[in-house]
Amino acid sequence: MTPFFVYVFLGLGIPTIALVNLAFRTHAGKLTTKNIHLVTHGVFLTGFENSIRLALISSIIPGILGVFLAYAVHTSRSNIGRRLIATASGVLANFGGINLAFIFIAALGAQGLLTVWLNAIHVNPYSHGFSIYTYYGVATVYLYFQLPLMMLVITPALAGLRPAWREAASNMGASSWRYWRHVGVPVLMPSVLGGMLLLFGSAFAAYATAAALTGGIIALTPIQIGNFLNGNVIAGQENVGYALGLGMLVVLAITMILYGMVRRRASKWLQ
Amino acid sequence: MLLAGAYFLLPLYAGLKFALQNDAGHFSFFAVKAIPSAQGFSAAFTLSMKLALVTVVLAMLLMVPTTIYVHLRLPRVRRIVEFITILPIVIPPIILIEGVLGSYPGWIKSSPYLLSFLYVVLAMPFVYRSLDAGLGAIDLKTLVEASRSLGGSWAQTLRRVILPNLRPALLSAMVLTLALVLGEYTMASLDLWETVPVWIVNFQQSDGHITVAASMIGLIGTWVLLTLIVSLDRSQSRRSRRKAGTT
Repeated sequence: MTPFFVYVFLGLGIPTIALVNLAFRTHAGKLTTKNIHLVTHGVFLTGFENSIRLALISSIIPGILGVFLAYAVHTSRSNIGRRLIATASGVLANFGGINLAFIFIAALGAQGLLTVWLNAIHVNPYSHGFSIYTYYGVATVYLYFQLPLMMLVITPALAGLRPAWREAASNMGASSWRYWRHVGVPVLMPSVLGGMLLLFGSAFAAYATAAALTGGIIALTPIQIGNFLNGNVIAGQENVGYALGLGMLVVLAITMILYGMVRRRASKWLQ
Repeated sequence: MLLAGAYFLLPLYAGLKFALQNDAGHFSFFAVKAIPSAQGFSAAFTLSMKLALVTVVLAMLLMVPTTIYVHLRLPRVRRIVEFITILPIVIPPIILIEGVLGSYPGWIKSSPYLLSFLYVVLAMPFVYRSLDAGLGAIDLKTLVEASRSLGGSWAQTLRRVILPNLRPALLSAMVLTLALVLGEYTMASLDLWETVPVWIVNFQQSDGHITVAASMIGLIGTWVLLTLIVSLDRSQSRRSRRKAGTT
């Protein structure tokens, strides 16, 4: 057991403690709250706002679509189709990273295949403010692995909706709408929220896809940390990157605490 | 449904088409063939392979004994170990590498194997869960007691009894770790080591077709590795069902 705890302490404990410590130090090592002040104002605050907004878009949209898609798959009669989609979601949910970014550049970049097709029918996404290299482009790419992830997370919950509940409701004269309003949605809600919180965390912390797509010019917190680590810092702000890291840790910790809370509720109904 | 299908398939089609095209837009395998001889690729590939090997060995050496020990002797620490192995999901790679670069001494930071050391941490959630499920599917205690009472040493018990029974779980843990190492970009790029993913990004200025071809191969590789795990999981659940049927 000891090697495990030593390993975790060295590989996880020390870096985290060091990060929190450095966030409150000047470059010379004196205690300060200046870094915290800097990251809660101006361009760094914008970074947090953008990151949180991006994570919200990339958790709410795939979250809702994922539930409906998973329900459609779950209730479909085709056994092979169901198994195929389950395997595909498992694989696609792991398709993040730089490879996906380049596939999307080939598809939706300025000269991408889909862009060319859309141009042929006189729809130019780039003249409507869309670009794969900016904010909404990044969100479009995130959807690609977030949607299958949501489907993976929510399918067990859908399987936990017992047919008996539906039969009981209709025996008592409830319409389909009333069944969903009073039984289905309340039972599923904690699982749906839990899934969305997971998606939020994964989109908020993602670095590779956004970095490869935008080349580090977009104001997102992980990208700003990356720029800081690459040495692009103003004198006197050397330790601001650590404060950014601390801010991300705080957001992620809150997300995970909320996740723990809704999971406890979700497990009440779904065993 | 149809729209979702199109959304998932069209980018793959576009990637494939672009990867199998030359600059004039004709069908060609030139980009795929050009990857091995492309500037910097072989060095990046060698580095990625070395890191993958070291990471997989290190992860198994650390996590297999730990998980077995938790199952056999310390069920009470199970919750703590479970909690710790989830932490790398809460503390993302970008934060971890920032803390590491800010705190580790220079002589450690100058070695590429620092990445292997950290990848073991990143892989922990998957490795632990996979091994935990594998150990849960066999009757570990009975097997160990039988082997020990027949005079087997701990090493023999591990090598001849536990590991063969754990083969599907071990394999899937190794494959997951491998997939993680081969696709990891954040830590490698910020630690300034040119692994294959970092090479792909750095090379994009030189030739778009080669970049997309390499990405496509990466995605297909991920697909193959992960499908392998799914089939391993199936064979394991068949085995545990069989076991449940006979007892």
